[in-house]
Amino acid sequence: MGAQLRVYKRRIRSVTATKKITKAMEMIAAARIVKAQRAVAASTPYADELTRAVTAVATGSGHKHPLTTEADNPVRVAILLITSDRGLAGGYSANVIKAAEQLTERLRSEGKEVVPYIVGRKGVAYYNFRGRDIAESWMGFTDSPTYADAKRVADPLIESVITGAAEGGVDELHIVFTEFVSMMTQTPVGRRMLPLSLDEVETEVSGGKLRPLYEFEPSPEGVLDALLPRYVESRIYNALLQAAASEHAARRRAMKSATDNAEELIKSLSRLANAARQADITQEISEIVGGKAALDAAIAGSD
Amino acid sequence: MAELHVELVAADRKVWSGEATIVVARTASGDIGIMPGHSPLLSVLESDPVTIRTTDGGTVVAAVHGGFISFSDNKLSILAEIAELADEIDVERAERALERAKSEADAIAEKRAAIRLRAATGTH
Repeated sequence: MGAQLRVYKRRIRSVTATKKITKAMEMIAAARIVKAQRAVAASTPYADELTRAVTAVATGSGHKHPLTTEADNPVRVAILLITSDRGLAGGYSANVIKAAEQLTERLRSEGKEVVPYIVGRKGVAYYNFRGRDIAESWMGFTDSPTYADAKRVADPLIESVITGAAEGGVDELHIVFTEFVSMMTQTPVGRRMLPLSLDEVETEVSGGKLRPLYEFEPSPEGVLDALLPRYVESRIYNALLQAAASEHAARRRAMKSATDNAEELIKSLSRLANAARQADITQEISEIVGGKAALDAAIAGSD
Repeated sequence: MAELHVELVAADRKVWSGEATIVVARTASGDIGIMPGHSPLLSVLESDPVTIRTTDGGTVVAAVHGGFISFSDNKLSILAEIAELADEIDVERAERALERAKSEADAIAEKRAAIRLRAATGTH
């Protein structure tokens, strides 16, 4: 076998092995998207009921809560950025980080100090590499977040908002994550989460219907105090779940194009290998023919 | 017989739903029994077992941690961060968790395990 042909064969083998890996990753990611979507669906009854309850209390009592009160002049805001722990997901983390950068830029131009909170190893690495300070970070659960994880993330944030900027906390909380629109579309979004605007919550549920007059146990204030943190937790939980679904979708797409590319490469390498083999054969034939001609000439000469 | 519709949902799943005649739960200000036609109510729940008497005469007991109860239009929603039905609870595991929590003096974990056990064994 010719040296050229051997080189091609070796490359085909290596690309085939890579293709097997990317194909497997694609299929794993596809299975996980379904699982993540199911988790999003399973969490909606709770979120819906909670939203309904929050609206009921908020409209049933004129009570002011730090989580719903707008600061007159917000000076410090927190950004919660949700990225992935692992790579090989195409532009997933890069896109959501870019969205966070834009939001940071905008908030800075409004004269607010930005405090970053980060979920996911990729985001932490990005900030550390640039030597920026991170208020707090969480890692290790972006694949399949649980409610306990969401609680862990939400607790210090809620605390910080309740404290308020004047005493070392923050005035607002913005959240940047990748929204799972469909299998094919995931868009990074940045939203203000706290203080909650209750009008927004209200239009989401009621649709203009009259609500019953509730009795509150122990008191409207007590219920609201207990409800609002749960509501924020459930919103963060939902964001984490959507981000997880988006991550798997992004990974599936990235791995699909990697598999396609490997196939393409194998095809063109096979063509080259075939050409090289053909060239080897042609050369061999012409050598034999040439050799025969020379032999014939020598025999004819000796006669 | 009058009945009310009950939805028991945890943060990550719907735990139980169906028709019931009475639901007994412990709120911050004491035990409360809700029967069909109760006035609209929104209340904070203590971490405790919730008892639901179903229309077919059965009883559903669930351990509920960090929850709310809201009732309106004959519809009762029980929301909880964690909710487990009594038959889902692994008694041995809960006992082990209780032992561990006691030895580590973890008050919250101890309470959680104790409630689970009470829901599972029906001693409440």
